[in-house]
Amino acid sequence: MATATATATANANVSSSSPSMMTRLRRVGLPRLFVHIAVLALVILWLIPTLGILVTSVRDKEQITASGWWTAFSGSTQMQAVRLADPSTQKQEGGRFVISGSVFEGNATGSVSAFGVRVQDPSAFEIGKPADIGDGETLQINQDGSYVYSKGAAFDDKRPKRVYVSVATAPEFTTQNYRDVLTSAGIGQAFVNSLTVAVPATIIPILIAAFAAYALSWMNFPGRALLIAVIVGLIVVPLQMALIPLLTLYNDIGSFFGLPSRSYAGVWLAHSAFGMPLAIYLLRNYISGLPKEIIESARVDGASDFEIFMKIVLPLSFPALASFSIFQFLWTWNDLLVAMVFLGTGKDQLVLTGALNALLGSMGGKWEILTASAFITIIVPILVFFALQRYLVRGLLAGSVKGG
Amino acid sequence: MISQIVSAIGIMVAGVFACALYYWLSDRLLSLALPVPEGNVRQASVNLNRRATVRPWLFLGPALILIAVYLVYPVIATFILSFYDRSGDQYVGLANYRWAFFDQQFRQSIFNNILWLAVVPAACTFFGLVIAVLTDRIWWGNIAKSIIFMPMAISFVGASVIWKFIYEFRGGNETQIGLLNAIVKAIGGDPQIWISLPFWNNFFLMLILIWIQTGFAMVILSAALRGIPEETIEAAVIDGANGWQIFWKIMVPQIWGTIAVVWTTITILVLKVFDIVLTMTNGQWNTMVLANLMFDWMFRGGGDSGRSAVIALVLMAAVTPIMIWNIRQAHRDAEGH
Repeated sequence: MATATATATANANVSSSSPSMMTRLRRVGLPRLFVHIAVLALVILWLIPTLGILVTSVRDKEQITASGWWTAFSGSTQMQAVRLADPSTQKQEGGRFVISGSVFEGNATGSVSAFGVRVQDPSAFEIGKPADIGDGETLQINQDGSYVYSKGAAFDDKRPKRVYVSVATAPEFTTQNYRDVLTSAGIGQAFVNSLTVAVPATIIPILIAAFAAYALSWMNFPGRALLIAVIVGLIVVPLQMALIPLLTLYNDIGSFFGLPSRSYAGVWLAHSAFGMPLAIYLLRNYISGLPKEIIESARVDGASDFEIFMKIVLPLSFPALASFSIFQFLWTWNDLLVAMVFLGTGKDQLVLTGALNALLGSMGGKWEILTASAFITIIVPILVFFALQRYLVRGLLAGSVKGG
Repeated sequence: MISQIVSAIGIMVAGVFACALYYWLSDRLLSLALPVPEGNVRQASVNLNRRATVRPWLFLGPALILIAVYLVYPVIATFILSFYDRSGDQYVGLANYRWAFFDQQFRQSIFNNILWLAVVPAACTFFGLVIAVLTDRIWWGNIAKSIIFMPMAISFVGASVIWKFIYEFRGGNETQIGLLNAIVKAIGGDPQIWISLPFWNNFFLMLILIWIQTGFAMVILSAALRGIPEETIEAAVIDGANGWQIFWKIMVPQIWGTIAVVWTTITILVLKVFDIVLTMTNGQWNTMVLANLMFDWMFRGGGDSGRSAVIALVLMAAVTPIMIWNIRQAHRDAEGH
């Protein structure tokens, strides 16, 4: 692009600070650099929200409320008041009396960055060097917390010496939040419920839709065009239209046969049916595009439609079937409305989305619970997404761009 | 829990097996019922014709039954219910429609839905187009696209939690742990409770859907951009057009059809938006939208099927033009084959 290079040169001439930078810029092209930066900014912008809950979900409960998640990796510095060992433990070493030990009690560890002896100036002294703290006393505190406190004469204080240390607490990461939500917050059960809903609701409609799509592509019968039009029209029917009559229907059937009106079977059928128009449309687009010669020659060889479908069409349609399954899986896994209406909102029936919604109400500010639960909810679809992105994109294109 | 998994797998296998069995068995029965006797050519051809008439309906049967029960019947039933009272027993004429017309919350929902419709499809298409153009020019464009596309896999509820954390507000002198308020504070502003901020809270909810759907727009538009013939762009370059002109006068007009598809797809999604509002505000602070209002009336005070039916019909009416356009588009495509 001639224009682009011209602009690049012009811009590069304006800011001629270092020659190597300038030649570099000229080679890359300033507009191109701008593109890189713009895309990088957008990517970061898009990634930050998810990153926020991921980082928060593995942080310590206390730290989540103490500081923003973006500071999680830098840790924090706290000032602590500690007492050195009792003067009775002093030892005489070559003319000086020495008290030694560690500012950390028990098994605690940390990293001391400074210390002081007066509360007004708690970080007066550097670590690792003996400091003169008056009265002929010297005190050295090392980074690991060990100290040497010495004096020319014997210590005669009654009480242990008080010092102030600045302790850098390392960022604390934990899997405790996940353990908590999986066991006590009901997310474990909800995860199983989600799987129970999503997997059959993905697999059941595939075969049904594929047969219908084949009939609509390769079989001649009166009313075919009308049927296709109706199915295309039904793709956009709002789910809301179906809720009231179906709920009534389910209740009637339930009371007639003495079955619970809210069951997994009900949800599977509902999901299968709601996904059916799109499934038929996507699969028909693909199946009707299969080479005519293959199907005609099979017919000539005496194969029935059933055989053609099972032996030729189904294997050839794998990409379209995969595309639709991903759609349907993401849709059923992420659905809240259908599961809420047809499965119920009891604690044992909640799917992940429903459980997460309930937690938002009951655990308002408890972000360690909410973020861990949210991450468990989104991890499965994200894995599916990255593993099968190719098919998802293909399905999207087939659904919206003709011939894509 | 284990037994639930086992039974789910069992039922799933049984279901798939039953489906396959239905198709195989029905095909078999058809062959038995309409035999093709050797020798009797006339009878054979009559039966073959009959088979050809029946077989499509065997193939279509399960799909059509599902669609009829779960989509066609409810549309008709909802229409009828809208003329009946809350329990669906008493005919009340247009009372439910009159209620909707004068109800404050219903008007609020219509207004909010229009707001959503005005902002979200436009924003998604715009960002999607910009990102598609930018990422097509760099070597790591596909990675960038993947990341921007990723929120599509996240449920609306999950996304709501993600963004609620960004909008988190903490009172007093507590550290702001919500990213937005931390930024506002860092540049010297006052932290706000964003999701209860009148009027503007709608936009904070819309941002979630934009974040989710931009990837979709980007993928589709990027494919369309790649389909533009190189020659048209080369010709424009030779004629001295700059990047801006090439984009608006050469590229965009060639992908108008795709832009329309993206726009309408997101429009339908926006009309049905439910989860985000439910989890973020549950319709409080003037954020109610039609789908949530309908859900509310389905269960409010034991449920009012008449009023929620009216609300559902409004949604249906809103998608109808798109539906007709879709059908005509599909029809034209089918004829082009």
